[in-house]
Amino acid sequence: MSAKTRATKPARPATVRPRDLKLTGYRRPDGRFGARNYVLIIPVDDLSNAAAEAVAHNIRGTMALPHPYGRLQFGADLDLTFRTLAGQGRNPNCAAAVVIGIEPIWTDRIVKDIEKTGKPAAGFAIERSGDHKTIEAASRRAKEFVHAASEIRREPFPVKQLTMSAKCGESDTTSGLASNPAVGRAFERLADAGATLIFGETTEVTGAEDILMEQCADKKIAAQFKAAFDDYQNLIQSQGVSLLGSQPTEGNLRGGLTTIEEKALGNIQKAGRCPIVAVLKPAEEPRRPGLSFMDSSSAAAEMVTLCAAAGSVVHFFPTGQGNVIGHPVIPVIKLSANPLTVATMAEHVDVDLTAMLRIEMNLDQAADAALAMLERTINGRLTAAEVLRHNEFVLTKLYRSA
Amino acid sequence: MAYAILLHEPGDDVGVAVRDLKKGESVGAITLEGRFVADVKLVDDVALGHKVAMRDLGKDQKVIEYGRAIGGAWRAIQRGAHVHTHNLKTLRWKI
Repeated sequence: MSAKTRATKPARPATVRPRDLKLTGYRRPDGRFGARNYVLIIPVDDLSNAAAEAVAHNIRGTMALPHPYGRLQFGADLDLTFRTLAGQGRNPNCAAAVVIGIEPIWTDRIVKDIEKTGKPAAGFAIERSGDHKTIEAASRRAKEFVHAASEIRREPFPVKQLTMSAKCGESDTTSGLASNPAVGRAFERLADAGATLIFGETTEVTGAEDILMEQCADKKIAAQFKAAFDDYQNLIQSQGVSLLGSQPTEGNLRGGLTTIEEKALGNIQKAGRCPIVAVLKPAEEPRRPGLSFMDSSSAAAEMVTLCAAAGSVVHFFPTGQGNVIGHPVIPVIKLSANPLTVATMAEHVDVDLTAMLRIEMNLDQAADAALAMLERTINGRLTAAEVLRHNEFVLTKLYRSA
Repeated sequence: MAYAILLHEPGDDVGVAVRDLKKGESVGAITLEGRFVADVKLVDDVALGHKVAMRDLGKDQKVIEYGRAIGGAWRAIQRGAHVHTHNLKTLRWKI
């Protein structure tokens, strides 16, 4: 082939534009699109894990979400547990949900919240039935849900219908230099295209909170952000402690991060230059396109679970030292620029960004790689975490139970 | 590779080693955009991902990365030295 022939071939655009992504997903009755198509078996409480797991074992195509809480919680902590559990069923990656609780009242509360999306949900209470009868009845219903879900076909959807999230973990200096800015650049393009985006990690922005306040779209949003930030700082002080010893984590320190300010400046790179259009409560669903800040813990599984509850259907997870987290409801895409991590933990990495440290890949090319993997993942490619069965489902607890 | 230290901003006090560096080595420091900033002679071993001082820093001086203070030097730091928890600490969460 002559040079001239090559020159006349249409050039591949240097930059992946989100509007050009060919996304397919499962349309739900509320108009949102899922990247996965699960029938979830949701236990309301720790006591119902056994029955939920038994149903998931019986019925192919279902997945149980066992967890250790749901009893004698109260106030905002109980509200958050309800919002998080119902949120998994409301998430567009869920086609239908079976909810199992020890008693019918709280069980029904979660069922009704899921049903508001128009999706099928059914509740079963163990008291006055026992595990055996509950498992039988719930299995029969789950089987019907799976038959129906299995006939839902993927269809194309526009990027402005996409809700997704980002949170980094086991960060090191390569996160701040490379993998977090790559996500930030991808988020800038996705926000421009009208996607709905979530980030958070309230204490982990300590030292860079002024930058995020300036990034807020207006003063009211900045004040809401500052209130959430101060509330967490006050919680820490009320315990008579600081986060030294926890923040940065031992993994962060090993990777070369020294102070919380340094970690925060790396962390906020994920937001790119996107204006922050809303501040969300933990597990609250965003109501407008663009980047929302969710008041949340920086613990990986807690944060991703809150994002899933808020309707994120896929997650970018840049890592330095190699956090292996996954989530049962949403695919978690791992990106790393640390050559030691990519070499020693290759099975956990979806997007290799080590070329950025060699200056062989610039930020726009890294964002291209992230968006290309996003497209493939939404369209069905299983992430490393999904294949490795990393199903970390963790509720955020605000305070002690009664 | 001709360089081994990456800088967020050309004026930063510290850069990040992109491979394990040995005491006595002289290596180049560049920005992510590929702009050469300086050659630095290592006075410590510095592991991949750890920070190297780009200039002499006095005790209690603010240390700049990303163009911002990431903490304070709690002892004097020599150009080419490893910068980490033994000589840099947060300016936040003082109790």
